[in-house]
Amino acid sequence: MSGRYVGQSVLRNEDRRLLTGHALFVDDVRLEGMLHAAFVRSDHAHAEIRSIDVSAALEKPGVVAVYTAEDLGDYWRPGPLLVPPPPIEGIVFNQATQVPLAKGRVRHAGEAVVMVVAESRYLAEDAAAEIFVDAEPLEAVVDLERALEPDATVIHPQLGTNLAAHVVQRHGDYDDAKARAAHVVTRRFHYDRGIGGAIENRAVVARWDEQAQELTVWDTTQAPIPIRNGLAGMLGLMQSQVRVIAPFVGGGFGPKIMMFYPEEVLVPWVAMQLGRPVKWCEDRQENFFATTQERAQVHDAEMAVDADGRILGVRDTFIHDCGAYDPYGLTVPINSQCTLLGPYDVPSYEGEFRAVFTNRTTVTPVRGAGRQHGVFVMERLLDLAARLVGIDAAEIRRRNYLVQDDFPHDHKILFQDFQPLVYDSGNYRPALETALELIGWTGWAEEKRRAADEGRRLGIGVVSYVEGTGIGPYEGARVTVEPNGRVRVATGLGTQGQGHYTAFAQIVAEALDVDVADVLVTTGDTREFNWGTGTFASRGAVVAGSACHAAAQQVREKAVGVAARLLNVPESEVELAAGCARVRGEPERSLTLGELAMRANPLRGGVTPGTEPGLECTAYFGPDRGSTASGVHAVVVEVDAETAMAKFLRYVVVHDCGKLINPMLVEGQVEGGVAHGIGNAFFEQLVYDEQGQLMNASFADYLLPTSLDVPRVGMAHRETPAPMNALGLKGVGEAGCIPTGAAFAQALEDALDDYELEVREIPLSPNRLFELLRDAPRRTSPALSETHA
Amino acid sequence: MPSSVEVSTTVNGEACSRTVEPRLLLSDFIRHELGLTGTHVGCEHGVCGACTVLLDGQPVRSCLLFAVQADGHALETVEGLAPADGPLHVLQEAFRDAHGLQCGFCTPGFLMTLVPFLAENPAPGEDEVRLAISGNLCRCTGYAKIVDAVLLAAERMRGAKAGDLLSIEPDPAPALAGGTA
Repeated sequence: MSGRYVGQSVLRNEDRRLLTGHALFVDDVRLEGMLHAAFVRSDHAHAEIRSIDVSAALEKPGVVAVYTAEDLGDYWRPGPLLVPPPPIEGIVFNQATQVPLAKGRVRHAGEAVVMVVAESRYLAEDAAAEIFVDAEPLEAVVDLERALEPDATVIHPQLGTNLAAHVVQRHGDYDDAKARAAHVVTRRFHYDRGIGGAIENRAVVARWDEQAQELTVWDTTQAPIPIRNGLAGMLGLMQSQVRVIAPFVGGGFGPKIMMFYPEEVLVPWVAMQLGRPVKWCEDRQENFFATTQERAQVHDAEMAVDADGRILGVRDTFIHDCGAYDPYGLTVPINSQCTLLGPYDVPSYEGEFRAVFTNRTTVTPVRGAGRQHGVFVMERLLDLAARLVGIDAAEIRRRNYLVQDDFPHDHKILFQDFQPLVYDSGNYRPALETALELIGWTGWAEEKRRAADEGRRLGIGVVSYVEGTGIGPYEGARVTVEPNGRVRVATGLGTQGQGHYTAFAQIVAEALDVDVADVLVTTGDTREFNWGTGTFASRGAVVAGSACHAAAQQVREKAVGVAARLLNVPESEVELAAGCARVRGEPERSLTLGELAMRANPLRGGVTPGTEPGLECTAYFGPDRGSTASGVHAVVVEVDAETAMAKFLRYVVVHDCGKLINPMLVEGQVEGGVAHGIGNAFFEQLVYDEQGQLMNASFADYLLPTSLDVPRVGMAHRETPAPMNALGLKGVGEAGCIPTGAAFAQALEDALDDYELEVREIPLSPNRLFELLRDAPRRTSPALSETHA
Repeated sequence: MPSSVEVSTTVNGEACSRTVEPRLLLSDFIRHELGLTGTHVGCEHGVCGACTVLLDGQPVRSCLLFAVQADGHALETVEGLAPADGPLHVLQEAFRDAHGLQCGFCTPGFLMTLVPFLAENPAPGEDEVRLAISGNLCRCTGYAKIVDAVLLAAERMRGAKAGDLLSIEPDPAPALAGGTA
């Protein structure tokens, strides 16, 4: 459905408030009598706490309360397991979720140990500095393989092991495939940690209203309804007594969905204990230690191909780093395991992983959520196999893509939503050909040679990916036409800049034929909408958007029915246009939607039995499975072999997220994702030392890409509609960052093809690339460029 | 050191005085003493640029200054760019038209960095724009649409005719070939 509003690059409804500085973010909330919290955090990555001395802090001016784990009494308990282990045969899962304040033992540097509440943040931090935590350091388990060694210190003694999970998924017979293969490629690959990097840190404000017996919490969460429900349970309140508001949120990228962060558990409780509002705002340094991270895995992978480069099978065994706790279950490693398969026909697959606890900050999804690791492994294996077969990177992908007749395609393993990994739709080869054309694949050898004549090293890379998006369980929406003719939409998820205020308005405007600017969308306020899950897994537009569509269609039917009755014509004679319902062919016989809304809610007379007053409907959408987005990324880099600095010269994304609601917003999502991916590939890495200390916990030392690092992205949209929802939508929020590392690696090897260089790790940095080049022997003859057409 | 000092500044054209602790950061002064919460705090160590305001017309990181350092000086914040219910500043309008913002948290810092930049450099090229914003971090956009917004604003400020604006719409072909980043 490309319509008057859906499918158009409509400008955003939310921009004015954001541009003028009048949008409410959590740190902007100011309440009478509000107190401020600060946390004492562990200096050690792993230690036994012997004693905590808070006496000096309690003497400090302005200090109202100080809490250790002991002071929390029965309220102290480990957090919930967000995602239980999927029903995979033989699965091992050991649960150890985070705690509000460390009791007895600290398990990562930056873990919260003491909470201080004072009249101002300055005073709270002053007092926190006076608190002495006496702790006996234990071995910090940092290395993933070390975690599994029998003599490694066990992080959660009650488990008796650092193994958090062991999962094997397979289909077909890989050993047989290997026996029949013309070539087998075997390699080890490393992926390391980075941050979500939202420019707004986390924040929580809570107020207990004694008279109304009501708790209001402002929270930078991506999932306000589950937070509301969880808080009500923990605090012994009715869900209806708790209102959670995620107002404007300054970027999410995954870590803001973690439930429950210690601060989210503590701030509301303390506000109730003290009878005063309490605010906590994370600072950037805390964010590096206390907000969840992602991406450390070590893969041992092999691919068996026939003489033509067709995949016969893949085996991948990896270790996944959970960090100190595993509240998010196995979403990230299962995404890695599943997404590895990509857009390819893989007749046999053996995927096995062990998740391990380490003394580092807890891991939960960060934009991509494990998918990039799988894509990196698969795409690298394909590149290596192509070299053995003697074909180029594009050709080996062409030979292995699933084709149109293959859909729906069942990979016969389980995805993160516990449903079979079934691709609903896709059309991969045309995307590749478009990307090759846009990046300049044909004629690349010539371009590269010309550059070489000028002393410049250029390299090209092209890779593919598939992303499972738009998973269930469900979202809902309520659409209301108000008597002034404007339309209100409320949905339960939170929004962090994706443009939901506009995209959902477009969907509703399309159904009711009103201006997009007249549709006011509310997200992230549990008072406005009572049901929902949250914004994650590239699902907001797909799942909540589909609910908005369904609710708007029902309102439309209702409006037509009311108009037909009032205008005394059959419903089939009524059409909606320009904010009015009118008789087809007699446009002068019309009523505005506002009038209809008023007449549908009379003060006298009867509302017909079996009908509901007003022009309002609520609808839900719960897909059986997600919808499969896909794409191809291509990149040209220039590398200085002396300094090991690489520059991204051109970047092309051909992506398919089904039907586009708003191409401008989709471009923005993809461009931002690519920037995040470029950061992960070459600039960003969390550097931990052997003691589990994070060495670069500031924006001065951890390098987010700047305007000088990120190129423009050349883009082409393909629209293979999703069969799973009425609008044909697929998610796009994470797509931009998923295959970036793989594309960069291939391009680096091309640019440096006179070195025996294989890029088997991400992130790289100029420093790391320098080391790799220093250790790489020079080739006697160029190897790679000849395989390009 | 005295426990409190008086700070008198002009903020968005209005005189205002407060008695504050000498250690109070200018960013906290603006946000929490004056209630102008459009200025955002992203890192508190002077890297992200979200807290950028104008001090006597020059962009400064308000998290790296104390409020007392603004005593006797003029401050301008994002709230001063456009009247409450009036038309947006041409730069704000261009950010909207070019989709130069997503979550909008870093946006006020970009705007306050760019207002003096465009005053000094009314006809910047893309490279100059990228350099001008290289001290402001944005995690959402990948910067391309911010660059577009600045070029669009510059062109509008120069009084270009509406029809000419098309010439700076993002054009994949030359951008791909050129590569300024």
